[in-house]
Order: sequence, then C-alpha cells, then structure tokens
Amino acid sequence: MAAADELAFHEFEEASNLLAETPDAATTSGSDQLTPQGHVAVAVDSGGSYGAEEEAEESDRTALLQEEKQQPGFWTFGYYQSFFDVDTSQVLDRIRGSLLPRPGHNFVRHHLRNQPDLYGPFWICATLAFVLAVTGNLTLVLAQRRDPSIHYSPQFHKVTVAGITIYCYVWLVPLALWGFLRWRKGVRERVGPYTFLETVCVYGYSLFVFIPTVWLLGVLALSLSGASLVFTLWPVVREDTSLVAAVLLSTVVLLHALLAVGCKFYFFQPLPLEHLAPPLQATSLPPDVLLPLTPGAKTT
Amino acid sequence: MAKAAESSGDPGTTSPRPLFAGLSDISISQDIPVEGEITIPMRSHIREFDSSTLNESVQNTIMRDLKAVGKKFMHVLYPRKSNTLLRDWDLWGPLILCVTLALMLQRSSVDSEKDGGPQFAEVFVIVWFGAVTITLNSKLLGGNISFFQSLCVLGYCILPLTVAMLVCRLVLLAEPGPINFMVRLFVVIVMFAWSIVASTAFLADSQPPNRKALAIYPVFLFYFVISWMILTFTPQ
Repeated sequence: MAAADELAFHEFEEASNLLAETPDAATTSGSDQLTPQGHVAVAVDSGGSYGAEEEAEESDRTALLQEEKQQPGFWTFGYYQSFFDVDTSQVLDRIRGSLLPRPGHNFVRHHLRNQPDLYGPFWICATLAFVLAVTGNLTLVLAQRRDPSIHYSPQFHKVTVAGITIYCYVWLVPLALWGFLRWRKGVRERVGPYTFLETVCVYGYSLFVFIPTVWLLGVLALSLSGASLVFTLWPVVREDTSLVAAVLLSTVVLLHALLAVGCKFYFFQPLPLEHLAPPLQATSLPPDVLLPLTPGAKTT
Repeated sequence: MAKAAESSGDPGTTSPRPLFAGLSDISISQDIPVEGEITIPMRSHIREFDSSTLNESVQNTIMRDLKAVGKKFMHVLYPRKSNTLLRDWDLWGPLILCVTLALMLQRSSVDSEKDGGPQFAEVFVIVWFGAVTITLNSKLLGGNISFFQSLCVLGYCILPLTVAMLVCRLVLLAEPGPINFMVRLFVVIVMFAWSIVASTAFLADSQPPNRKALAIYPVFLFYFVISWMILTFTPQ
C-alpha cells in the first residue's frame, strides 16, 4: 500500500525539464513492479532498453498515452481549438517574455512550454499592420501641416499592403527556418528542434515590440525584436557547425532588418511629387510652387 | 426487486386500513431501471406558421421585419443586458448598416486609384470578414455563442458609427479647419466608445471568465478600424 505522501502530486523538476527538451517523450509513473518510491521514468518513444517481459507492458502504456494525447483530425473544429487554448494571463506573460529577451532565458521553453498558440501571432500581426497604416497616415498629416502642397489622402491601400506583408513574413519565414532546421537535424542527428507552430509563435510574439515603438521604428525596436529571435534560436543552432550557425543567425537578423527598414520607408514617407495628379486636382495652387520641391525632399 | 413492507395479518382479522396506507413504506432498490423521456418542448415566441403569413399583404411582412430591426436598433442605442439581440437574431440590420456605411465611405470615381479612401467593396469586405474573424476567434477561445448570433451583434453595434459617419458628412459641409476636425474627432470617439460598450454588453457573458479580454480585444480593434476610416474620410 502506497504511503499517503506518494499519493500527493509532486512537481518533478527534472522530469519537467526532460519533458521540455524531448516533447515526444511519454512519462510512466512507477508501478509496483518498479521501485516502490513512485519513481518517474521517462521513456523516449523511439524505444528503450527494457527487459523483454516489461517491454510489452511499456509499449502498451506508451501507446495508450499517445492515444490520449492524439489530436483530433484537422477537419474537426477541435483541432483548431487546441491552438487557441490560452488564457489572458498566459498571453500577457508571453508578450512580456518577448519584450525583455535575456540570453539564458529561452522563450520557447519558459513561456511556451510546449503549448504554442496561434492567438498571439495572429492578432499581433493584425494590430501591427493596422498601426503601421495609421501611423503612416499620421505622418502624412503632419507633413502636410508643414508643407501645404503635399496632397493628403487616406491612402487606404497601405492597409492591405501592410497586412499582406506582415502575415507573409510571419508564416513564410518560420516555414523556411523550420524546414532548414529539420534538414540540419537529419544531417547532424540532433534531437528536438522546435515545431513549426513554436517557430511561428516566436516570430509572432517578437513582432509585438514594434507596436508601441512604431514611431521610433528604428534601431531600438529592431534590436529588441532581433535579440529575442536570436536568443531563442541559439540553443538549437549551437550544436551545429559554427559556420552554419553564424550564417543562419545572420540571415534571420537580416530578414528582420529588411522588414523594419522596408516598413519605415514605405509607411513613413510622404508622397513624392510624381504621384500627384495635377490635372485632376481642383487645388488653387499655382503650378510654379510645385516645381522647387524635389522628389528627394523627404522628412525624417 | 421491490421489497414491500408486509401488511400484518389477513384482511379479515385486522381493522380496515385506509387505502394506500402501506405505500409510504415501500422502498425501491437501485435495480429497477427507470426509463423514459422527459422533454419539455421549447416554445419560442408565438408565430403562426400556418398559411396566414402567406396571405398577408407585402406591406405587413415588410413592416414586421422593419419593426424587428428597429427594435434591435433601440436595444443597441440603449444597451442593457438583454437577450433580444441574441435570441431573435437577424442579418437585415447589419446588411442595411454596412451598405449605408460603405456607400458613404467610398471614394468618388474621379479620385486616383492608388491614394484615397476605400472603395465600396473594401469597406464591405472589411466589415463582414472582420465580423466573421471575430466570431471564429471567440468560438475558438471556447465561447458558447452561435455563429450568426455573434455576427448579428457585431453588425448591429455598427449603428453608432454609422450615425457618426452621417454627422461627419454634415460637419464636413462647413468650412475645413481645426475646429471642424475637433468636432469630428469628438463625435467619432464618443460613438466608438458607445459601440464597444454595446457589443461588450451582449457578447461578454458568452466567454469563459479568464478569456474575456482575449475575446473583447478583437472587437475593439474592429471598431477602431472602422472609426479610423470614418475619421480620415475626406470628400473630394
């Protein structure tokens, strides 16, 4: 008969760390055939070296556990519901984690804990796309105040451009990165790169820092965001050759910088002169006022 | 097996007992299966589904639907925690509001293609796809509201912003200037807050309590986008 102490739920630190590193492992609690102290054994599902008569039992148990953890098929609603299984406090915690990247503090292990969600990336991208368009419009308004010849217009098409760009970035770049890491895993026999959803999650949450700092869409936002990406990817890449690691990390940072710089130039410049349509304007400005303004006269 | 308490003796010797006196002593053990169905048929509000609505005049039909839409408008303008919008949902009101808003917001045809306000189709798509996305989001988070009920609520709560659009168009007939902009900004902010309050009053109860903020934030973003489109509208 087990002691009352063993029946209480224990948080096993080593087990949870091991689980975090090998997300496919199945834990089995100690039965009375194993040690009587409730010893937790972590069995990697690729098979362990157990005795013959225990192996059938272990495989039965792991099969059962895997069946319980099996997600519903992708045609059911419940499959997608599993990606939105987060609370408000969890989302806020993940956002805070992405805002303050620290070298030893891995975003995926400590904040995601094998539960990536799609709520954060989706709505952060939507908010960012819209905030970019709004701020670009505000820049145009302020530029028009200074220089009344610049024609103000709502520029609604920028919203669609912003949305498409950001969503493509958050989906296609993690896809490429995940594919590359899986290929390297095949080459180097390294266990446990991030799943695709975790990569998307990391990218989505790392874009959050652009939202409040969009006015200074510059070095600060880029460095914070890029730092959180690099720190998250570092443990996965460090096992590889240093050349591949350096190339991969610099590619990631470069793509991120391209996004930031592209956004700055596209959304935060007032219209150059050749986009005006003077014959269609009913303005009363005489044409010679427009001439001294060169196309290169951009503010900030 | 029912164990009935045995009445003592034969009926002949004892005094006559009242009818069903021994019933209170009967105990039924768990072995007897009790089967059957107890259902109460749900009766929604009374509507005659017989041929009388086919024979009525078209005016009656239209007036009945218009009255239903008008009643829901009142519920949006004076939001209380009531179930009317959810129980008798319809999509006529959202359609009328969306078409009105899109007609007023579309840019005139002389404007250049690239810069300018949204086209009619863009506004329409934003409103309907935005509402669908928010509904999907709230269902994925575990809310127990049906798809069309949520669309109905989100569509009806655009009413304050449509009123703001009308007011803005009237204000824009006056001369442009900072006062003009301030008035429009104030009106749009007030109506935006009204929309948020109205939709939260109807939608918040359907979410689990630890996810309410996650479900309400997209609604905030949706009405913010529409408010921005209204505020940046410039007539050509």
